Amino acid sequence: MISKNLYDLIGLAIAVCFILALKGLSSPKTARRGNLIGAFGALIATAVVFRSPDMTLHHKWWIMGAIIFGVGVGVPAARRIQMTQMPQLVALFNGVGGGAAALVAIVEYLKLGSAASTPDVVATVFTVIVGCVSFSGSIVTFLKLQELMTTRPVIFPGGRFVIAATLLGTLGCAEWVIHSLGNVSITVMAVLALIFGVLFVLPVGGADVPIVISLLNAFTGLTVAASGYVLQATLLIVAGTLVGASGTILTRLMAAAMGRSLFGTLFGAFTAKPQAAVVGGEVRSVKAGSPDDVAILLNYAQRVVIVPGFGLAVAQAQHTVRELADLLTSKGVDVAYGIHPVAGRMPGHMNVLLAEASVPYEQLVEMDEVNPTFPQTDVVLVVGANDVVNPAAKTTPGCPIYGMPILDVASAGNVIFLKRSMRPGFAGIENELLYDPKTTLLFGDAKDSLTKVVSALKAL
Amino acid sequence: MSNGLALLSIFVLSVFIGFEVVSKVSTTLHTPLMSGANAIHGIILIGAITVADHADTNLELGLGIAAVVLATINMVGGFVVTDRMLEMFKGKPRVKKEVESVGGESK
Repeated sequence: MISKNLYDLIGLAIAVCFILALKGLSSPKTARRGNLIGAFGALIATAVVFRSPDMTLHHKWWIMGAIIFGVGVGVPAARRIQMTQMPQLVALFNGVGGGAAALVAIVEYLKLGSAASTPDVVATVFTVIVGCVSFSGSIVTFLKLQELMTTRPVIFPGGRFVIAATLLGTLGCAEWVIHSLGNVSITVMAVLALIFGVLFVLPVGGADVPIVISLLNAFTGLTVAASGYVLQATLLIVAGTLVGASGTILTRLMAAAMGRSLFGTLFGAFTAKPQAAVVGGEVRSVKAGSPDDVAILLNYAQRVVIVPGFGLAVAQAQHTVRELADLLTSKGVDVAYGIHPVAGRMPGHMNVLLAEASVPYEQLVEMDEVNPTFPQTDVVLVVGANDVVNPAAKTTPGCPIYGMPILDVASAGNVIFLKRSMRPGFAGIENELLYDPKTTLLFGDAKDSLTKVVSALKAL
Repeated sequence: MSNGLALLSIFVLSVFIGFEVVSKVSTTLHTPLMSGANAIHGIILIGAITVADHADTNLELGLGIAAVVLATINMVGGFVVTDRMLEMFKGKPRVKKEVESVGGESK
């Protein structure tokens, strides 16, 4: 056993580790080190808690077993996951964290007894509610991202009414729990909170899901802080609050990068019906090209900008696209990648995916820098992206992505789309650019198409 | 200062630190930052260990142990996956990557 003072001092050092971790994660050069500092702090915290003065160690084998089991589940999942599935995994990890916080609060609640002070009960109730919402909400975001359920917003008649009623029911139950401690009331409350979590995320459209994950992440942080209050653990308060506050800022930054208001995202943005059928189902002509046409266009270009989207990652075409870029560079073509902030499924996701394929970091150009260069660009190659280049974001008020900043590829000389089909993107909106005379479409799996273009280019 | 008030002060100051440390972060790092913050709230593990340790009934022990499992997955998995993401930002070609790309071809 170590003294209470020493224990608290170690807790303070660990809190500093977490602050340094978040600080480090905010800059590319220090990000990895920051994460390792955080992991180190967490490791020390876990080791030291067993030596804390108020531990009984009655159940230590159970606890050790549970930790080993958790490591056995978590580490392989984190190591084996494909980079394209990263957002789901983060959602899932966040959900289990929220679930853990809710369980901790429930156990605390069972032990509170009638002598409990009101602030303790309120903090416990808060943790149970928000932890449950975070848990079930994260599970729904996981299902959406894994495409185990529809990625479109799920709206049902009177949906808003049902959501409001569930929320009121949960809060009413909270009142009940606070005034009369009992196992029934807290169970009902937890179940209602779980239902609310599901209803809360269902109406959110696929493209907005990352914002919701980030928000739920902040929620979980706050529940951890509230648990810390109940358990009188300063470290939990600091760590939970840090995540709650930074998560809130991050959520707002993400929403801003997508040109959306946070409020609109959560309450009824994307509720408009997709406007795909504006032309009344009339078949409009598009210009479909062959790999040879594309190779010729690229071969005689001075400057080519590649716009990668999630389709590229799904087709595992990162390496082939790099091969194409290297080939073009060797032919004296100026090649850059135009990266939309939310290309992929999460902000910054595409940078991770391309980094995985060892694309040089200098070739990745962010939206604000690449947009002014499009008028001097001869060919834009859009690989598996759609919403991030859709001019409807600028021209069609009221469409779901209106106001989102886009890559302004329409001002380039030629646009080539590599697409699997005419199916609209994740947001479910028709893209006018596909029908533009300067657009060429090359249908097929992105990887196959790129491989064919590469061999056609080599033959030229 | 009462204990409750001390904890409240810590809470309020932490809010400001949390706002401050991430106020300027490039979009490139949004995903790893979210994932890293996610791992940090896995520190609920020490809360879970504490309540499991103090459990008097089988129900409390069962819930506590479940919380330990979930929190461990959150914390350990979160840090590992964040590290994997950040490792790739270095972007230097390595032999290992080439092997992976060949593995991808067969799909």
